[in-house]
Amino acid sequence: MTKFTFPESIKSRPIYGTLEAREGSAHLLVADAHGAEALLEVATPEMMAKAHIMYIPKGEDFEAKLRALKPASFYSGPSYAAAEPRLLKTLEDARMGLQVYLAGTEGLMGQAMNAAMAAGIPYTAIQTEHRGSVARRMQCVHCKGITEDVETDPFVCSHCGLNLFVRDHYSRRLAAYQGVCIDAEDPGNVPEPKGIYE
Amino acid sequence: MTIQFNDESFRDDYSFYNSERAIKRFPFPFHEDSYMYSVNMEQHRGGPKDSVYEKRFDVDEHYVSEMRDRALVLADDPLRCQSLPHMTLAGWDLLELIMVSKSEDYPDLFELHRDGNTWRWINKPLGIDDTFTFLDEATLPYGPMEYITRQAQGDFAVLDQRDDNLWMDAGMVTTQADWSLDFDIGMNFFEWHAPVPLAHEKGIFVRALKFLLNIQQGAPARRLNWTMTVNPLLDTSPENYHKWGIQKTTLTPENIGAKQHLRVELQTFFRLPRSNALVFPIRCYLCSFQDLMTVPKWGRRLHRVVRDLPVELATYKGFIANRPMMLDYLENFDDGLPTSPGIWPDLETEPPLKT
Repeated sequence: MTKFTFPESIKSRPIYGTLEAREGSAHLLVADAHGAEALLEVATPEMMAKAHIMYIPKGEDFEAKLRALKPASFYSGPSYAAAEPRLLKTLEDARMGLQVYLAGTEGLMGQAMNAAMAAGIPYTAIQTEHRGSVARRMQCVHCKGITEDVETDPFVCSHCGLNLFVRDHYSRRLAAYQGVCIDAEDPGNVPEPKGIYE
Repeated sequence: MTIQFNDESFRDDYSFYNSERAIKRFPFPFHEDSYMYSVNMEQHRGGPKDSVYEKRFDVDEHYVSEMRDRALVLADDPLRCQSLPHMTLAGWDLLELIMVSKSEDYPDLFELHRDGNTWRWINKPLGIDDTFTFLDEATLPYGPMEYITRQAQGDFAVLDQRDDNLWMDAGMVTTQADWSLDFDIGMNFFEWHAPVPLAHEKGIFVRALKFLLNIQQGAPARRLNWTMTVNPLLDTSPENYHKWGIQKTTLTPENIGAKQHLRVELQTFFRLPRSNALVFPIRCYLCSFQDLMTVPKWGRRLHRVVRDLPVELATYKGFIANRPMMLDYLENFDDGLPTSPGIWPDLETEPPLKT
């Protein structure tokens, strides 16, 4: 089960859709892990003839299926950080009419969207589809450090070690949710961590 | 009138205090005996003599000490002042608005001499006398927004207007009620207000945005907002919450009158001429419960408002745990008599507390 229905939330929380093939002069598709399934569903031979797929497997086994789509250009890399220089170059070289498709975890989509926005593509023109893990990319509001793939609430900041609760408040600029100290008013009183949507 | 500036602190020993004059002109935010969100906007065109509404940018006895506190916050955390690249012109607009307003409204404290683009700015309380070239950033020690807001009380959010929305694209935020500019910068009006409970459902933000998008040059608007703060701490930031949050647990029945402060924001909204941005100054006023209780009308009313506030709002404003102790204190100042409408103290006409 790689599709998840997010509960209703506050207005800064991103809402994801379902990818659909659009007319475009070129197509950039970025996905991680189970995001590959969304690319497999949206791909058409016509799109793939002008497509650049960037994929971060995170241990999932979709690479062969994605290659079989025969995109004009294909990349598989170990992490978003590793993929970023190539992504930035691709966006820098992009021409009018590029379609951007993002699929997979929130952290991957958020960071890739950020890169696309910095290149001048309005976020409202970028398609997204969530698949796979519901882990979040969290910014500690206190030390500003980012902790990737946070699965529980509360969690321990990987930079400063404070116990943080997971807010739904989201910053597109940081591609992160906000984590705030949970025991500031009662030090040491930290509830047992639970899955974010449990 | 010459202002005597207090030498006081908003941290550590908390030597902050309000003079009798400051208490009488405190912007008490409740115009009736209950509170719920509303689009409580009005034109910002002056107000009663010596009230905080009288001038475009109120300067009071806390000015010099507040600017010192701001400098301390910025030295600790420069991310409290940020401006996205397209907002520099709005920063110049803001600098002009504040310099012109202050030099006209407080000629004994501030002077602005303009000769073409060569401007000389004299700020007597802070001992500043700078000559610079308007619209040339290289001639100021900071960017224009940072330069002028290091010399102006209150936080400043500078909002870009596009796509029928307002975007928080620049700001100076060191006296905030627990929100982070660094996190919220770049968000639109609905996004940065996302954590506020109840108000979205009531349509408050849709109506407020419509109002704000239509603010014209020379016709600023204002409203009051409020929360509660233990100790006169200006920097109640989320960044430092792990340090100051614990102070909320230091209230006792003996110290609550001195320690618990009503925190009021005078929010104003000005259209800026060149950038068409909107500047949103958020000026913070603090007053201890015991000082508020010297005004009988405010004592009666504050008890009723705090008592009847919905749980969601008391939680959001961060005082749900201390509410019972507040009520134990405040009920001593509520004799059940009716109160006059409006926010003003009405000391001449409201009866003293019945004992």
